Amino acid sequence: MKAKVKVTLKKGVLDPQGKAIEGALNHLGFGGVEHVRQGKYFEIDVAETDKAKAMSEVKAMCEKLIANTVIENYDIELA
Amino acid sequence: MKSAVVVFPGINRERDMMLALEAVTGITPLAVWHTDTELPKVDLIVVPGGFSYGDYLRCGAIAARSPIMTDVRAKAQKGLMVLGVCNGFQIITEAGLLPGALVRNAHLHFVCREVKLEVENNSTFFTSRMKKGDVVSCPVAHGEGNYICDEETLKSLEGEGRVVFRYTQGTNPNGAMNDIAGIVNKAGNVIGMMPHPENMIEPLHGKTDCRPLFESLLAA
Repeated sequence: MKAKVKVTLKKGVLDPQGKAIEGALNHLGFGGVEHVRQGKYFEIDVAETDKAKAMSEVKAMCEKLIANTVIENYDIELA
Repeated sequence: MKSAVVVFPGINRERDMMLALEAVTGITPLAVWHTDTELPKVDLIVVPGGFSYGDYLRCGAIAARSPIMTDVRAKAQKGLMVLGVCNGFQIITEAGLLPGALVRNAHLHFVCREVKLEVENNSTFFTSRMKKGDVVSCPVAHGEGNYICDEETLKSLEGEGRVVFRYTQGTNPNGAMNDIAGIVNKAGNVIGMMPHPENMIEPLHGKTDCRPLFESLLAA
């Protein structure tokens, strides 16, 4: 199975990179840009075929390494 | 005072740290490779600065999960003194030895300059030769030294005197909350700091302001 994992900064955590991207978009003339938050995206191929088991395995990966849960949230999508 | 310095791929300040430890304690520190699983018998473990694993994923994240870190964590819980400097601070924080996180500098720039540090807590193993309120010059060199934590953690760090070093007003190089430059854990045996005291101990460094920090280790 393929797991698609999105890692985003928690609400309230300063995101200077998102701010810089926001500024650049404004410079490019995208006047409608109000706010940008940036994050990370991972594609993980796992051998497990059972959806529930794969989910719990990927969840453990997120908790242990992929995300720093002090500052980040993660979202897993299995396909 | 026997010490060991943990070395990960991409770490580049381990020699400076070893020279500083040797200059002050008179004993050559041991170098421990990240794939080792057991620490040698020492009084202090230092996780030095650098760019372990090229800062991939998050700075310090991959090094924090190295084989040797299991033993560092276990022995730290038993009271072994651990000092993390710069990337070392990021690594031990990622490893859960200290609360909070170190994120990208608020202004996005890598900073490499001298800052002024105020000693807020002089009862730790790394500050006992200092007086509370002493101000020392110390270099910083990092892109992700912006210390953040949740409100509750911040309250307990401040309330329990666990902020060891603070950037003096106007010298905060990264946007860290409450100008925090270094903290200590609840038990008092794990310290993490972003600045590089090992680079301000010899006359050739320009100043020797941080030598008393290392001298504190002799009394620990």
